[in-house]
Formats: sequence, C-alpha cells, structure tokens
Amino acid sequence: MPKLHVEATINDEPAEFLCDPHETLLSALRNGLGLTGTKEGCSTGDCGACSVIVDGRLVPACLVLAPEAQGRTITTIEGLSSGDALHPLQQKFLEHAALQCGVCTPGFIVAAAALLDAKPNPTEEETRFWLAGNLCRCTGYDKIIRAVLDTAAHNRESAV
Amino acid sequence: MLATRYEAPRSVAEAVRLMAADPAARVLAGGTDLLVQFKTGVRRPSAFVDVKRIPELIDITIDADGLRLGAATPACVITEHVELRRLWPGLVEAVHLIGSTQIQGRGSVGGNLCNASPAADTTCALIVNRAECVIVGPGGERTIAVERFSIAPGRTVLERGELLVAIRVPRPAARTSDAYLRLIPRSEMDIAVAGAAVSVTLDADGVCTAARVAIGAVAPTALVVPDAAKALVGSTLDDAALKRAAEASSAAARPIDDKRGTTEYRRTIAGVLTRRAASIAASRARR
Repeated sequence: MPKLHVEATINDEPAEFLCDPHETLLSALRNGLGLTGTKEGCSTGDCGACSVIVDGRLVPACLVLAPEAQGRTITTIEGLSSGDALHPLQQKFLEHAALQCGVCTPGFIVAAAALLDAKPNPTEEETRFWLAGNLCRCTGYDKIIRAVLDTAAHNRESAV
Repeated sequence: MLATRYEAPRSVAEAVRLMAADPAARVLAGGTDLLVQFKTGVRRPSAFVDVKRIPELIDITIDADGLRLGAATPACVITEHVELRRLWPGLVEAVHLIGSTQIQGRGSVGGNLCNASPAADTTCALIVNRAECVIVGPGGERTIAVERFSIAPGRTVLERGELLVAIRVPRPAARTSDAYLRLIPRSEMDIAVAGAAVSVTLDADGVCTAARVAIGAVAPTALVVPDAAKALVGSTLDDAALKRAAEASSAAARPIDDKRGTTEYRRTIAGVLTRRAASIAASRARR
C-alpha cells in the first residue's frame, strides 16, 4: 500500500508528512513529524493523553486517522509556548505543582487551553467536567484544577 | 501487512459508489467506535470511507418541518446549537452524555446509530421524537423510523452500498418536550445499565394529549413502550400516572444479566428512569 501525502497547518506552520492509510494522527505526529509532546496512553480514546486541537475542536489524536488531517489546522502541545516563553497554563502548572510523572500533562494542558478558549471564565465544576476525559494517576486532579482556574484568573487580569 | 485504503468522498453519490463496490469497506464518521474496533482487531475493514468531507453529512438545518441532522455531525456541534437545545432538550442531553470532551469532538449521532449498541444513548431520545433515518444507497433514498434501524446488537438494516446520511426529526407540537435519563455506576462516561426517554405533549390545562416512551440497554435493541405512553395520555402526569408508566416500562424490559446489572435491577431501573424522565419532560413542556 503506497503512503499517502498529507498537507496540514500544524502549530501555525505549513507541514507535510507521509502516512499509511490506517495510521493514526497520533502516530503521524510522533513518528512522522517528531512531535513527541503528544503522548500515547490508552490508544482507545479513554485517557486524553493524546489530546490535540483540530480546526478548533479538542480531539483524541489516537482516534483520528492521519489522512483526515489533510487541509486541517492542528495545535499540539508544542504550539502553545512562544519561543522560550511558556504558555500561561504551563507556567501555572509549574507554580501549582500540577504534575508528577508528566505523561498526562501535555494532554491536560492542550485540553485546558481548548477550555479557556471556549470559556475564558469557567467555574470549577465546568473545568472538572471538561477535563473528565483526561486521566492522571499521580496528582489527584486538585492541583491541576487549581492551576487551570488560576490561569483563567491570570488571563482575565492581563486582559484588563 | 494490512491493506486498508482511506477514501474521502466529497458527495453522497461518490460515497455510495465506494461502499457498493467494496462490501468490506466501512464508513468512518467520528471513529470513536470504529477505530477502537479496528485497533482491537474486532473489525478489519478493507477501506475507511471518511464521510466528513460531504457537506450534508456534517450539517444541521432546522426549518418549519423540523430538524435535518447530518449523520456525521460531531456531538460538540449539536450540544452548542441553541435552537436544537431549545426544541429537543432531551435529545441534546442524550448526545451530551456520550464520552468526554475529546469524544464529543468526534462522535456523531449517525455513528451512534450505526454502531447499534443496545445501550446507545441517542437511540431512545430519537425514537420518542419520532426521528427517521435517511438512507441513500445504489437504489436511491429511503427513510426508516429509528426504532426499526437497529435489528440486533451491532446490526442495522443498512444493506450493501447503503449510507446513513441524515436523521430527520419532525418539529415538536406546542407544549411538547422530551427528556432522557440513563443509569451508570459512575458519575460520568460509562455505558448505560438502563436508559429511558420520554416525550410528552400537554394541552393548555396541563393534560397529556400525546406521549412516547422508549427504553434502552434492556433488550437487544431499544424498545418503544406503547403501554407506558398510554398510561401518561389523559393524565396530568400525576404520581399515579407516572407509577403506571414505570410499571409498563419494567414489564416491557427484557434485559440480560451481566457484570453491569442483573435482570431484576435493570427491569426496576427502566421503570424508575421512565417515571423520572416523564416528570422532567412534563416540567419542560409546561414552560
């Protein structure tokens, strides 16, 4: 089976890659493009570790076929920081110690970025529901929720 | 080595041609069931026919006749749709129950129907709203009531080359509303142990003039429960009528025993959920 040629916009840059027809977007990002920030967890859409944003929608990259990316706009964890400056969510995750082993962290931060994009002022309950598809076996979630809510508060102060 | 093709047709006609030419091809909508089945070896399609590049499959239109929901429209687009939420709150809450934010970004109502799980959350809510499946195949278009679409767990009426393109739901009459409830052992993101949807129409005095009741996860396919509807019609949805409807649903249920619930438990819960959903639908219809 010949490889398929796919062109997409990834983290604001034009990108192209070759993939198998049945390959996942997760595999194409990690193995084809070297964007290993997006993690593979369960591979069945249950854990959120591979969360990416495709055309403005939060999706599990393990349940998207790589050829589906043709012409789409994709944001991965690598696209959130600007140069050496961390994204506010990344900074707040550090300040709140919202990670331990770190495997779930890129998925949480991408999912939280999608939340704050859709809802800049989420309640704690909205935040917990939105992030319910991201599993963390270390932190007990509380520090993650605090980091996200603090980022939202910080963004609002910065916007004034 | 796998030899799976990827196809992204731009029209329904092209998709039907691809599906008719290759009986081992599978339609790819959100992929939240199909790609899991593919990875676990349950399904090995010869081709993924991605229908999300076909505009009418990812489109929502609401007009005087009602709703036309493109079969592959992702759940997040449905749950954000203000008019859809206003007209069919029960249907939208059923859609909203399926999976995480990430899954909502991919999964579709058409996919939920085609996967044909007895526990599919959208099925009952569609049935009580008299929804129809619009199917296009090599022989043209046909429509079939949602309650007749799934014929067994994992099986539908779709024949070779046929594609579920849309779900049509008639516009609800005045003072009509719906509700869907399911029971799961956790607070979120699980498969229904039992589910129930109810739609009621009230007159100006609050008397129920029409009702539909459907229960899920308690039989090989979702069940319409005419006796439960009959118990509601003519009443003001008082406790006695709700109790009779609950009993009718429990009597109609023919659940299996499995790790998620016993036969007895599911039968009882089908009734409890019917009563509660009828009560919620009625309070919405009164507004």
